[in-house]
Amino acid sequence: MRLQLVKAAEHGAVVNWPLDQPLDEWTMEGMHQVVGLHRHVVRLIEVGTTSYVVKELPDPLAEREWRLLRELAEAGLPTAEIVGVVTGRADEADGLLITRHLDYSLPYRTLLSGRGLRIPYLGERLLDALAGLLVRLHLAGFYWGDCSLSNTLFRRDAAALSAYIIDVETSERHETLSNGQRRLDLQIATENVLGGLLDLQMGGFLADGIDPVATALAIEQSYEGLWSELTGVDEFNAEETFRVDQRLRRLHDLGFDAAELELLTTVGGSRLRLVPRVVEHGFHAQKLRSLTGIDAGENQARRLLNDISRYRAVLEKRGGRKVVEAVAAARWLDERFEHALAAIPPEMAAKLEPAELYHQVLEHRWFLSERAGGDVGIDETVASYVADVLANAPTEQMVTPEELEL
Amino acid sequence: MVNLQKRYENGFEAVPGLDLEIHDGEFLVLVGPSGCGKSTVLRMVAGLEDISGGDLYIDDKVVNAMGPQQRDIAMVFQSYALYPNMTVADNIAFAMKLRKTDKVEMAAKVAEVAELLELTAVLDRKPGQLSGGQRQRVAMGRAIVRNPKLFLMDEPLSNLDAKLRVQTRAEISKLQRRLGVTTMYVTHDQIEAMTMGDRVAVLRRGILMQCASPAELYETPENLFVAQFIGSPSMNVVIGRVAGGDNGDITLAVGGQHLHLTGEAAQRLQGLRDYVGRDIAVGVRSEALGDDGSASLEVSVDLVEMLGSELLVHCTVDAPSVRAIDTGVEISDQPTSTIVASLDSRNQVKVGDRLHLTLDTMRLHAFDLETGAAIGRS
Repeated sequence: MRLQLVKAAEHGAVVNWPLDQPLDEWTMEGMHQVVGLHRHVVRLIEVGTTSYVVKELPDPLAEREWRLLRELAEAGLPTAEIVGVVTGRADEADGLLITRHLDYSLPYRTLLSGRGLRIPYLGERLLDALAGLLVRLHLAGFYWGDCSLSNTLFRRDAAALSAYIIDVETSERHETLSNGQRRLDLQIATENVLGGLLDLQMGGFLADGIDPVATALAIEQSYEGLWSELTGVDEFNAEETFRVDQRLRRLHDLGFDAAELELLTTVGGSRLRLVPRVVEHGFHAQKLRSLTGIDAGENQARRLLNDISRYRAVLEKRGGRKVVEAVAAARWLDERFEHALAAIPPEMAAKLEPAELYHQVLEHRWFLSERAGGDVGIDETVASYVADVLANAPTEQMVTPEELEL
Repeated sequence: MVNLQKRYENGFEAVPGLDLEIHDGEFLVLVGPSGCGKSTVLRMVAGLEDISGGDLYIDDKVVNAMGPQQRDIAMVFQSYALYPNMTVADNIAFAMKLRKTDKVEMAAKVAEVAELLELTAVLDRKPGQLSGGQRQRVAMGRAIVRNPKLFLMDEPLSNLDAKLRVQTRAEISKLQRRLGVTTMYVTHDQIEAMTMGDRVAVLRRGILMQCASPAELYETPENLFVAQFIGSPSMNVVIGRVAGGDNGDITLAVGGQHLHLTGEAAQRLQGLRDYVGRDIAVGVRSEALGDDGSASLEVSVDLVEMLGSELLVHCTVDAPSVRAIDTGVEISDQPTSTIVASLDSRNQVKVGDRLHLTLDTMRLHAFDLETGAAIGRS
């Protein structure tokens, strides 16, 4: 038997597991079944504050998935954090793939059953997240091969969702993908999403207002819109070079960046053609991390950066002089972000990620202020948010089947 | 496929030019070692790889520029998920909703597919109430209900354990024959290829080495590569010399021993007459060595494997071995080689014995050492 482990010091507990036993015979404290449809035996194991997902599958598949998940992570793509792989078990038993459970992730069954905190325009958000993930994978040369709701986890990301690929059994990594590969991946995704939604509907678990066929079909449109925005070629007059800056801003707004911009002069030299080579998502998340150290989703980061900008304006007005962005961010972190989170009772603080909590507090303040017809202070907002929203919300750090009851 | 080509941007030529026709209703298997281009060919047919040259026809239409959806083909995956809250009928039918298929038509198609797959009695059941085989058929039903012109399968059994692989292999073969859908199946496993295909196309470095029925590939390989790739144990191939070819007979010298081919056996390999005085590769399958035959080889026994129904006897013969390699033919620099004979399990053979292995000269093969091509079959 061979165990390969990353960050061995952090995940030392794995060594003490009964790795030589069939997974369905393991009996450990803190072990649960995993929500969703699975082709293999899968278990969730809680060890202290860390949770792991263990999947039993044939050695070649386990090795392959181990390699691909590491490649996805190296490319900065949203995926489950790989922990280890076990191969060569006795009696030709299948191998084991160990990943770290994605904290605060929500399976689609939880989201679409309308449980927990409401997300407006849920169907739309869900398919945007999935289409966005597919675009990101395709830009990096990953063919998924089995894009489905059950192979994806979702995390709240301000008013949207971000999607994480968690099953890459059928995936392939290429230099670039052909149009045919992208089309087929999209076709598989559309069909699988329809299957997942209809299944929920027929089980009586789908929230009202979500049309399975319309939602599944809209994935293609969402994907195409994002794909052409990211990879489309702009053509403009030679004197309109400001269009380069415009295009870059649009990419940044979508959370992407351009590693390379190729400007070609068309025949006759009067027009320029702009070909961007788009690189990974995370423009706002990276900026927020460098300014404050906060880890957040792209939309959460955009929201928090806006709040930093507003706070900077307040500081400048109050002091009557310019405040540099880094100083404003440091003061915002201390006086706004930490201050608001410190007012949340400790037993509720882990219900959502810190960045999501703060985003929801901002949303709540907007709601209270509009109702009051004027600005409501942050302390009053937090008190109202805790009493009216958070107290009744489920903990989302980890969703087990017992809690889900689907 | 007419002169179908795949060249990558870095200049690598995965498929230099392939001519291959798949007949209506046929189960064609593409087989070859890793990197032989078989998956590339399948991907070009599926529309997943751009075609660099040549033409791909489906029916009489060139489909080079068509996307995967427009080609009316179905990629069949073993990973099809079944949905637990949906009935068998819904699991088969649901994807038709995306194409806005009329309800009556949908019900008729499901009924037709269910009958073909012997699922009519369980159409109202949920997947949890089905046997493993039934679940697999429901998954297939999802692909079949689209009524595609062609099924494509890329190593669909590679992730299954040995027992399930054998079961599923039989299930797919039976189903394909019952449905009569043209199928192209890719595998690296020659046993899978031989047991499933109506015809098997053997590829090496993107070049078609032979395309024929399993029996023809086994009995009359057109070259050394096919001879050694197909069959388990692999064909024994050693250096021999054509010592004479008089009076209608042919004499081969193998490691100082002589094999006389007479009558029909000599007639069968009559091309050897052009090789008199020259070295060739002599091939014989393990089951053509042993109990019956008109010639014999003296060998010493190194290893005996009892398989129940047969004995695999590994012996040393005084002639270098020959094998097909990627770039052509390789002759071992060792003066002796191991050959394997498949004997009746009731034989009493032990390590160290000297044996006279009889040889069925009607099943002898000869190959050119330069080109690897089979010699002189009449």
